[in-house]
Amino acid sequence: MTANPPSKPPLIELEGITKTFGKGEAAFQALKGVDMRVERGDFVAVMGPSGSGKSTTMNVLGCLDVPTSGIFRFRGVEVQALDRDQRSLLRRRYLGFVFQGFNLLARTTAVENVELPLLYRGEKKAVRHAAAMRALDQVGLAPWADHTPAELSGGQQQRVAIARALVTEPAVLLADEPTGNLDTERSIEIMQLLTRLNGEGITILMVTHEEEMAAFARTVFRFRDGLVESVEHRARAIAGEAG
Amino acid sequence: MLGMFGATLLLAFREIRRHLLRSFLTTLGIIIGVAAVITMVTLGNGVTASVKNQISSLGSNVLIVFPVRGDRGAPRPFKQDDIDAARSQIAGVEDVSGSVSSSATAFHNGQSWQTSVQGVENAFLRARSVEVEEGRPFSNEEESAGKSVCLIGPKVRQAIFVAGASPLGAKVRLDNVSCTVVGLLKERGEGGGPDQDSDNVVMMPLKTVQRRFTGNDNLQYFVIKYDSAYASTTIQASLVALLRERRLLQGTAANDFNVVDTAQVNQALGAATGALTAMVAVIAGISLLVGGIGIMNIMLVSVTERTREIGIRLAIGALAREVQLQFLTEAVVLCCFGGVVGIGLAFLLSWSMAGVIDVPFLFDPAVNALSFLFSALMGITFGFYPARRASKLDPIDALRHE
Repeated sequence: MTANPPSKPPLIELEGITKTFGKGEAAFQALKGVDMRVERGDFVAVMGPSGSGKSTTMNVLGCLDVPTSGIFRFRGVEVQALDRDQRSLLRRRYLGFVFQGFNLLARTTAVENVELPLLYRGEKKAVRHAAAMRALDQVGLAPWADHTPAELSGGQQQRVAIARALVTEPAVLLADEPTGNLDTERSIEIMQLLTRLNGEGITILMVTHEEEMAAFARTVFRFRDGLVESVEHRARAIAGEAG
Repeated sequence: MLGMFGATLLLAFREIRRHLLRSFLTTLGIIIGVAAVITMVTLGNGVTASVKNQISSLGSNVLIVFPVRGDRGAPRPFKQDDIDAARSQIAGVEDVSGSVSSSATAFHNGQSWQTSVQGVENAFLRARSVEVEEGRPFSNEEESAGKSVCLIGPKVRQAIFVAGASPLGAKVRLDNVSCTVVGLLKERGEGGGPDQDSDNVVMMPLKTVQRRFTGNDNLQYFVIKYDSAYASTTIQASLVALLRERRLLQGTAANDFNVVDTAQVNQALGAATGALTAMVAVIAGISLLVGGIGIMNIMLVSVTERTREIGIRLAIGALAREVQLQFLTEAVVLCCFGGVVGIGLAFLLSWSMAGVIDVPFLFDPAVNALSFLFSALMGITFGFYPARRASKLDPIDALRHE
């Protein structure tokens, strides 16, 4: 942690972000000037119908994509000015990803999947393994460490993916439709897990189109036609369930 | 960073093991190329060594002269006069000696053995670097009187004498001629000129063989040992002129004899071996090129198949160069695997073929090491483009890839 300056910048700031795909006649403007502000420790849900720009926004927030114009500050750093490798390092250091399709490496055990981000941090084998086992324990999957994704249920796979996102102790966990491929019961379990992690200090940014899942969040951004339509800040209704 | 590299290497091995058949088929071009190069070089070395050995058994600075069919029909043999003329009239000639041989069966102590009887003078032994291991060469008296004494080759000794017992002084019967063994010839190896097996031979004084076996004073061929200060071509020219004159060949009549210089034989064989090696090198080069393209192709397939994996790695924070290194490592490991299998195959091939064509098996560590390094280099060359392509993938597209 850096020393707190007098007015510490917010964790994430988007100012007038636009994103255009294609060129000329075929050009399509997915984002038309998005403004967002996310403070440390928040649990944010990004909602909206398909094509509203929520996924494009998540890609920008995840430093996977750069905006066409506008300013994206992450911890005060202007990300749009960074090159590809600098953005990779930013992801490696501060971000954890959870995807709708889990995106675990096939034929690779749960613990090896979780170790992967630490490999790119250059950690030694013993350190990687210990940290991966801790992360798996956090999501309650330590006994399944040596199973491959094919041997795990969808809910278990998503929990492995969350463990992989957690293992680097990221500042932000980005979850893109984390419950999209799961039934309601598993979905609630995943949301409770995320809520608990948020309670432990991790900022969570989640894209979802299910109100039921968005109900776990404290801040909800609603997107429509490439713009933020509304922002709601709520009291934490279901926070009590988390540890 | 070593941990990272170790993990990358481990991953490469795992990927290859996962597609064992595919990996094997892909590297076949490299396996064949490497095996061809090493086998040819190894066998080439064996052939060269074997030829060098034979040449040295012929003696150096030696010309071999033998009659061939001329314009006037059957080969005309040489006579002792020809030899005396060559010795006295050509400058630079140190020794001239004729030889005649006949096949015979050797008997001793109830054993018999098919061999050849060669009539020679001591000068012949010097010219052809034939060494007497035990006993002595012929005496002047034995030579001039045509006595029944003989020098036996190691194969004859082995065939008809009891191991360990000295054959010196023993009597050997050759067909119906009895002779006393005065010396044992040193082993010279296979080949050695017109008399095929230089170890399976019984040598007797020239006059003895002419009198008791061939029944005339013909010489089958003769050898000239010349002073190394003289050029072989000068001596050959004088010799040809002399022999044409003595054999009454005029104008454009073709020579009815042949002069062979052992040094020229050596050069000719060296050139033939070199040409063969060059040809095989070209074939191996093509095989390696095709093999390399195969590697590139399969690596491109692998990159496409694993697009999603690449996306995951990039999203997690892998740098472009780390993804590139991963695929490059895989290509190099694949090629090295081909190189190692090729080296193993070459070892078996050259070892067994050396036995078949009867040349020594000479393992060449430098060629094996170079071939292995070259395989690794091929991995870098042909793995570079696929690896670069993997590293250039857009993480968002890669993650969406089905």
